[in-house]
Formats: sequence, structure tokens, C-alpha cells
Amino acid sequence: MSQRLDGPLIALRGVTKTYGSGQAAFQALKGVDFDIAAGEFVAVMGPSGSGKSTVMNILGCLDVPSSGEYLFLGEHVENLSRDQRALLRRHYLGFVFQGFNLLARTTALENVELPLLYRGLPLAERHAKARAALDLVGLTGWEHHTPAELSGGQQQRVAIARAIVTQPTLLLADEPTGNLDSERSVEIMQLLTGLNREHGITVLMVTHEPEMAAWASRTLRFADGVVGHDTSSFMGAD
Amino acid sequence: MIWNALLLALREIRRNLMRASLTVLGIVIGVAAVITMVTLGNGATAQITAQVSSLGSNLVIVRPGQRMSPGQAAGWAPAFKEDDLAAILEAIPAVRSATGTAQRGSSVSYLAESTYTPVIGTTPSYPEVGNWALAEGRFFHDGEQRAGRSVCVLGESVRKALFSGTSPVGEKIRFRGMSCEVIGVLAPKGQSAMGQDQDDVVLMPLKAYQRRVAGRRSRQDIGSLMLSVRDGMSTEKVVKEVSALMRERRALAPNESDNFSVFDTKQIADALSSTTRILTALLGAVAAVSLLVGGIGIMNIMLVSVTERTREIGTRLAIGALESEVLLQFLVEAVALSSFGGLLGIALALIASFGLTQAMNLPFVLDVEIMLLAFAVSAGIGVLFGFVPARRAARLDPIEALRHE
Repeated sequence: MSQRLDGPLIALRGVTKTYGSGQAAFQALKGVDFDIAAGEFVAVMGPSGSGKSTVMNILGCLDVPSSGEYLFLGEHVENLSRDQRALLRRHYLGFVFQGFNLLARTTALENVELPLLYRGLPLAERHAKARAALDLVGLTGWEHHTPAELSGGQQQRVAIARAIVTQPTLLLADEPTGNLDSERSVEIMQLLTGLNREHGITVLMVTHEPEMAAWASRTLRFADGVVGHDTSSFMGAD
Repeated sequence: MIWNALLLALREIRRNLMRASLTVLGIVIGVAAVITMVTLGNGATAQITAQVSSLGSNLVIVRPGQRMSPGQAAGWAPAFKEDDLAAILEAIPAVRSATGTAQRGSSVSYLAESTYTPVIGTTPSYPEVGNWALAEGRFFHDGEQRAGRSVCVLGESVRKALFSGTSPVGEKIRFRGMSCEVIGVLAPKGQSAMGQDQDDVVLMPLKAYQRRVAGRRSRQDIGSLMLSVRDGMSTEKVVKEVSALMRERRALAPNESDNFSVFDTKQIADALSSTTRILTALLGAVAAVSLLVGGIGIMNIMLVSVTERTREIGTRLAIGALESEVLLQFLVEAVALSSFGGLLGIALALIASFGLTQAMNLPFVLDVEIMLLAFAVSAGIGVLFGFVPARRAARLDPIEALRHE
């Protein structure tokens, strides 16, 4: 699964997702098609229940579509086992959550090096990379602080450092500024934009704030289980 | 992978030290209880063995009647006479020396002091057979025995009770309306295997005892015989020979059972130490139950911990942790906790059993095997009771787990 194809980084083909069965069945995605090329910064918007969370879970390889195809780097994710998808996440994806999800009573450095532990890197390399990542998000000197000793903005930056320390191909951010004030939000957006432009990390961000979506180069607007509007649909058309 | 799991598990324990210590408390107490019980039991066994061998390893004892086993009444049991002693010495060459004792509890006084103690009438060979030394003075000799002189030898406890600081030799003590000159004091031996104070005794010549202390009806009687077997001779053989001789002397028909019993000190030691061994096993088993309860405690806390850490597990899974890695992390965490508890328990047991053996005056017998076993069991309990919570953690759906409040 490591070979890179010349095609898009992500391709969704007729993806549907149905929860439950029979009378209680609920179709969260009703046939979604789009491509995302490497290096894009895409904002995903839409009201709750529109299917944007479902599509993010599928793109993050946490869930599989009920039907249709999801190609990540040309790999059919819908056919992969739970562990294979875990390995895909480990090697290619980074996650940033609205609630930060840092380990409590654990220093920033240890939080950031966690994905490297699962990659089996030796201690010295783990520390060097974790420090570099913390440096990149502007938290030099805060390595040994625990989440309780950091502000919300700082915590989110630690979370971003944890997401990028493995140099992922795709960064998935689920409402990364949802818990932050506008000033802190701008800082986080600047950080994400910088990572996208200077480090070539493809960023996919769910948000319901148009000001945050404005930072992205492309916006996918979900409505009622389908992509209602794509600001650069010409890019994905083929 | 195992090192990573260990590192993650240790970090988790360090993160929540208070909870971890409370979790392992059950294991600590369980392990400590098992080891302490076994150590005390071993100490008791060792003490009994030592006490019995202080009697002399080559001692054969003859008592009237059958030793009773539960539900069996003692039959009529005639006492021994002095000529029994002579006959045994004559007929069985493996017996080096023999003595007999007859005893009666009596109040003994010196000036204003008095104490209640067994007064024992015996023969001059008593110190040799019973492995006694004298702290001061001398034992009575054959002439005094034959003449039935009123002389006596005190045990250390009696000396302490009647003569707090001074030497009793040459003084006269009174009991049962007679006075008796103290000629010696026995060196102390302490408690017997049965828990009696062996030093609480007044010894006097058997003749004098039979004439002046024994009741009218038991004037000629000897309560029990003690035989010392020559070095290198088999005590079992002597036991058999004495039995045969006594049956013959008492003209018992082949279908009649013995109306006396003969046993050697090894038999006493075996009987006593098998009793303490059973008690030790019983106490150890009771303590092992608390170890099991400790294991259930670990499972409880681990299950709570999995629920509490659902979001964290979701984060780990999202980051790319495999199901097996999460399982291993929680399993290693449980095993690390329970093994740590085991180590603490061993330390606690060492302190407790050392203190208790000191307080109970028992030898401190360290049993490394039981400590290794207790440690292995506590680690095993971690695996056993850690598995269910660990599997629950590993099987969490990452999406659900991340959404968990």
C-alpha cells in the first residue's frame, strides 16, 4: 500500500453509509463522489446530520462505507481489515480533534511522541522528532508541561504537533478551533495553513465557521448526505 | 512491542499512582498473609522439632494406657513398678540407662513465698536420660535414693518463684507437710513441644516421693518410664522389644491389646509437626482466598479504568494502535500492577513475619519457595483478571470511543 499513484490522493466513488437496518435504517451518506489531490487544504462544511462527520470517519479509515469505493493512494480502503486500516492511519494519517484528546497528566513531549512509540522508533529519535514537532508549533520550552498546565490554544498546538510528528500524508482536523476563542483560532489556522503550504501536508478540516473555512483553498459543503456544493468542483471532475 | 507495552503501562501507572496503590492493596495483603502464615507455621514446626530433639534424639518413653485417638476411650491402665525398670535394663542391652517418674501437683513454699508446681519423684539417672544439665549444686545420688532422703532439685522457674535472687542450695523448702533440702538447680530448658514449662518442676528421690508425697493407693507406682538408647542402636527396635517385654511381664493374651504405650521422640516430633503442617496449609489456604479477592479488585479497577479512559483508547486507536497493542498494554498494566503488589506483599511479609516470630518467640525460617510461588501467583492473577478489561479496551470502536464523554 506504500506505492504512490499519479492519481488523486483520495478518491470517493459512490460512497454510501447506512446505520441500522430495516425500519430503523438511516442513510447518512447517499452517494458521495469527490477527489482530493495531494497538497490541497479542504474545508468540509455542513449542518449537523448532513453526513460530514460520517465522511470524515471514512476518510480517516476509522469506518468503512456501506457501498462504493474509497481509494487512498490507490488502495481500496473498503476492503481492508481493522488492523490494516490501523496501520494505514499509523503511517499516513494525522488526527486533530475538537477536544484535543491529549493524555492527561502526561507531558507535552510524551503526548507528541506517542504515535512514534507505535511506530517503534528508538527513544533518542522519538525525543528529537517530538521536540522538532513542538518547535514547529511554537511550543519550545513547554515540553515538560502537562495539558492541565497549558492553555486551550497551547493544548491544540500540542495535539497538532502529535498529528504531524509522523509527517503524515493527510491531516484530518475535526473542528480544530471549536473550543478556542477567535484569536487562538486564527493562530491555529495560520499554523495549519503553514503546514499545508510549507510542508506539503494535505489538510482536511471540518468546520462550521465560514471564517475558518475561508482559510482553506477549497470548500466541500455537505447537505442531506450528499456534496451540495464544491467550490472547486472543476478540480475533482474527470 | 512488549517493551513498548511495558513503557506505556508504566507511564499509565505513574500517571495514576494513588489509584494504582489502592488497586494493588488487595494483592499486597493477600501475598503478605500467605507468606506470613507459612513462615510462622514453618517457625512453629522448626521449634517443635528443636524442642523434641532437646529431649534427646534417642529417648524412648513408656506410658500406661493406650494413646487415645478420637472416639476411643482409654482402657484400664495399670501403672509401672520399679522392677519393670530393672527388667528392661536387664533384658534389653540397647537401653543404656532408664529412669521412671511419678508426679503430683503440690503447693511448695519457702518462707513467705509459695508456688504450685509438679513434684516429681525419680531416679538418679534422670538428668542423663532426660538430657538435663545442672545450673548449680548437684543431683541426688544412689545412696540418697535408696535411703529415701528428703532432698530435692529445683527447676529454674521454681527457683525464680521462691528464691528471687539468692542461691537456694542448702535451704529447706516445704510441701505436703514435709521439709526438703535443696541440693541443686537444673539448667533451664524452656517450653516443651506441648507448650509446658519444663522448668516448672521440683525433683526428689523416687523412694522419698513414694513414701511421703504419693497418695496411699499409688505408693508403689511409677507414672512413666524413660529409656535412653545407646548411640547407634535403633530406637524403633527398642520400642518393639520393650512392647514385647511388657506384654510378657503383664501376661497379655495375643488377642488383648497393649495396656501401655511405647514411643520414641521421633514419633512425637512427627505427630506434632504433621499437626502444625496441616495448620500451616489451612491458614495458607485461607490467606490464598484473600489473594483471589485481591485479583478481583484488580479486575474491578481495570474495568473502571477502561471506561474512564475510553477517549484515550479512542485516541490511541485513531493514531494507529493495533487491537493487539491496546490489549497488550492493558494486560501488561494489570500484570505490572499485580507483580508490583506481589513484591510489596513479600516485603510486608518479611517485616510482619520477622516481627511476629520475634514476639512469639519462634525461629524465623525463611521459605524462598513460597515467596517465589506467591510472586508467580500474583503475576498470574494479573494475567487472569487483566484479560477481560484488556480485551474490552482493545475491541472498542474508535469512533464511539472518541465520542465518549
